[in-house]
Amino acid sequence: MSLNGYWYLILAAVLFCIGALGVLVRRNVLVMFMCIELMLNAANLTFVTFSRMLGDIGGQVLVFFVLVVAAAEVVVGLGIVVAIFRRRASTTADDLHILKG
Amino acid sequence: MVHAAFLMPLLPLVGFVVLAFGGRRLGDPLAGWVGTAAVTGSFVAACVTIAGLAGMAEHSRHFTQTYFTWIPVGGLQVKAAILVDPLSMTMCMFVTGVSALIHLYSIGYMKGDGDYPKFFVYLNLFVFSMLVLVLANNLLLTFVGWEGVGLCSYWLIAYWFDRDTAASAGKKAFLYNRVGDAGFLVAMFLIFSKTGTLTYRTLFALPLHHLLGPGAAAAAVLLLFLGATGKSAQIPLFNWLPDAMEGPTPVSALIHAATMVTAGVYLMARVAPLLELSGDARLVIAVIGGATAFVAATIACAQQDIKKVLAFSTVSQIGYMVLAVGCRAYVAAIFLMVAHAFYKGLLFLGAGSVIHGLGGEQDLKRMGALRRFMPLTFATYIFAWLAIAGVPPFDGFWAKGDVLDNAWAAHPALWGLGVLTALLTAYYMSRLFFLAFTGRARWDDPAQRAHHPPHESPWVMTLPLVVLAVAAAAGFVIDLPWAHHDSLVGWLAPVFAHDLYQAHQATPTQVALGVVDAVVAVLGVGIGWALWRNRTERPLLENRFLQRVWFWDDAYDTLFGRPGQAMARFAAVVVDGRLIDGAVNGAAALVRATGSGVRRLQTGYVRNYALGIAVGVVAVIAFMASRTWI
Amino acid sequence: MLAATHPTFPDVIVFVLSAVVILAGAVGVVASANPVHAALSLVATLFGVAVLFVEQDANFLAAVQVIVYAGAIVVLFLFVIMFLGVDRRENIEVEPLRGQRPLAFALMAAVLGLVIALAASAHWVTGAHAVSGSTSTGHHTNVYLLGKSVFTTYLWAFEITAGLLVIAVVGAVVLARRPPPVREDEAEGRRAPVGEARDGGERGDGGERGDGGERGEVADVSTHEEVVG
Repeated sequence: MSLNGYWYLILAAVLFCIGALGVLVRRNVLVMFMCIELMLNAANLTFVTFSRMLGDIGGQVLVFFVLVVAAAEVVVGLGIVVAIFRRRASTTADDLHILKG
Repeated sequence: MVHAAFLMPLLPLVGFVVLAFGGRRLGDPLAGWVGTAAVTGSFVAACVTIAGLAGMAEHSRHFTQTYFTWIPVGGLQVKAAILVDPLSMTMCMFVTGVSALIHLYSIGYMKGDGDYPKFFVYLNLFVFSMLVLVLANNLLLTFVGWEGVGLCSYWLIAYWFDRDTAASAGKKAFLYNRVGDAGFLVAMFLIFSKTGTLTYRTLFALPLHHLLGPGAAAAAVLLLFLGATGKSAQIPLFNWLPDAMEGPTPVSALIHAATMVTAGVYLMARVAPLLELSGDARLVIAVIGGATAFVAATIACAQQDIKKVLAFSTVSQIGYMVLAVGCRAYVAAIFLMVAHAFYKGLLFLGAGSVIHGLGGEQDLKRMGALRRFMPLTFATYIFAWLAIAGVPPFDGFWAKGDVLDNAWAAHPALWGLGVLTALLTAYYMSRLFFLAFTGRARWDDPAQRAHHPPHESPWVMTLPLVVLAVAAAAGFVIDLPWAHHDSLVGWLAPVFAHDLYQAHQATPTQVALGVVDAVVAVLGVGIGWALWRNRTERPLLENRFLQRVWFWDDAYDTLFGRPGQAMARFAAVVVDGRLIDGAVNGAAALVRATGSGVRRLQTGYVRNYALGIAVGVVAVIAFMASRTWI
Repeated sequence: MLAATHPTFPDVIVFVLSAVVILAGAVGVVASANPVHAALSLVATLFGVAVLFVEQDANFLAAVQVIVYAGAIVVLFLFVIMFLGVDRRENIEVEPLRGQRPLAFALMAAVLGLVIALAASAHWVTGAHAVSGSTSTGHHTNVYLLGKSVFTTYLWAFEITAGLLVIAVVGAVVLARRPPPVREDEAEGRRAPVGEARDGGERGDGGERGDGGERGEVADVSTHEEVVG
């Protein structure tokens, strides 16, 4: 009833790579976080696709849990972001570079 | 009875252990008595053993006692075992006998020394090592004893180690011996590689003509002889012996006169079957012996220190023994060795008595007129003096005569050299005697005040002198030239049976040679008396060339000492400082450089680290792809 | 197998449109200078993904995706963006780290190419069918099947995840709490900075305020010592 699985997989791969690119290139911490969400979504899409291709409910269960954990992760991550950047002028990841060799 | 042989080395070893652990508590003089008792026990055991040996049938007169297998490695089977046969027992008898006397003497001589027990510790260990050397049944165990005596010699020469000269003398002795030991080792390697065994009896039973070609035999013999020159102070390794006089006089008497320095001659006698294989090697040995005897005798004529005269005299006398060995006269060499032990021991002990009596004075020019003050020493010294000069009927005349007879038969030129040396020997010993015991009492000069007039030594010191004097006078009975089989010749026949070479000269020739020896001896004594009776200085006869040992030490210093130091400096500065330290520090520098290079990866930016992760991801996926597609 | 039936024309249209939305949204997230624009692009992507979930008969997940992801997480993002200042545009033209951009592009292109090539050569998917339970058993709905699986086979994971959520909430509360007020004697004689207690006070501070030590700027040192967290 829908397209062959590999289209979805290719789409998910592209989405993943765009997200990874965003993590590497953007400096704003929040945007970096959003790119991570993109990567997670790409993974979710892949899982659902595999679930459909194999007729296995396990993939969807896994997506379910990924969703939950992603939510928890966002909560804690944003809490950290708030704690660090509370009194700063900008939320740039490059500001935290003191721990260097 | 012959089974008591194990007691011979065991008792001094026990003495050593007891004194090493408890010597300090025993103290002066009890430690000395313990040491003396140990060695005397060893002498008694030797007597018992030799009696048992004499009771055995002549053709099988040997006995091996094995204690344990020391090195069981494939083809090399070395046992810790002793070989009791006429040669080794002869050596043991006079080694233990003279050692016991000198231990007794040392009780008196070393009295009052701060480290009294230590002396006897070393002496006992020395006697043990010497017995191991003499009794060993294989070359390697002999080498163990060899090294042991070298070590004890080092310790005893440098006994008063806070004296710079003594410490250097000890080092010098050890180093010279080391050079010789290298020769010994290489000889052992050669012999083992060619024959597969190091045990004497097994080795000599093999067909050595086939196994060792002439070249290899000569090499083995000469390498062993190199070791012997080191231990017995012959050319080219003799310079250490005069310096070794820094040690206490009993040490000089025991180690550097009677026992250790004869070890080299013993070794050559022991491997006589090897010597039989190479006439060239024997010639070299004889020439070196004769040359050493002559050179040392000339040097002794010019020395002022009483002990140095005796040291060079020792070198000279051992030269005679080596000459005998080179002429295949092994029995004569052993006879001279025994006689020499008696009279040289007596000479040294007497000198020690003089030194002790004068409160430490060793310069001949400052002695004199001791006849009145030390009569017993004086009397016994006459025996030794006449014995070494070769005046009949003392044993020196017979022993040296034996050697010279064989030299005449083998190499007449060397006989001539030997006779000349005998003249010199008589001369310088007379010089020593007259300077020390007669003439004006120079120790009483206002310019050189002694604190008290010389006194005779205590009984512990004079008793050995008397015993040795008797031996020097009567010892000749062990090898009278006309008592063939009942003498030393017959006794040692089982050992040297095939190699026994006694000059079977016509009796007239023997008598003629004997007369020559006697005349030369008396002539030498006479010249000495005439020249030195009243004078104390004769610059022409005591010139610098002779006093400086023919500048031998200086030559070695220039040839070996300076280059050696230069090499050491090179090694220390260039090799150690620049190469090795450079490599080590360079490794550290390399690590540091790598570290500072790598640390640039730690930029502190999270995004750079994320990039690193991405690189890793690519690497992993590429690896998986390569696995799939290749 | 549902995947065995061949696709119809509407399926294709739906997929293409959703793909366009997803990719446009993704590019928008990555390329927007303004973080709020980025968040809204993210919503678009999430919605596209939800459509694709429906397309693949994962109805429950599509609903959860919209409710949780688009509805809660993105709102959380927006909240924090506002909290920390909305008009801070990032200067995306310049890249201070040398070589970061070219390398990132190259690496990601490589990853993409390799992954697709690998997957293609491995026939996209291998493995046994219906290991953990089928996606279609009789006429049960997707919710039923999913719920059955979660509450029976994966019950343990479910409970753990619940615990995880509690921990996350507690952690967030602790992290985002106001720092405790600094005591008088640690203030080095300056006025007692109990003023830190002001909630929204941090927002809108001028550019130069901040702990001089971390920034490296020796700010006008009216700043007080601060015991962080």
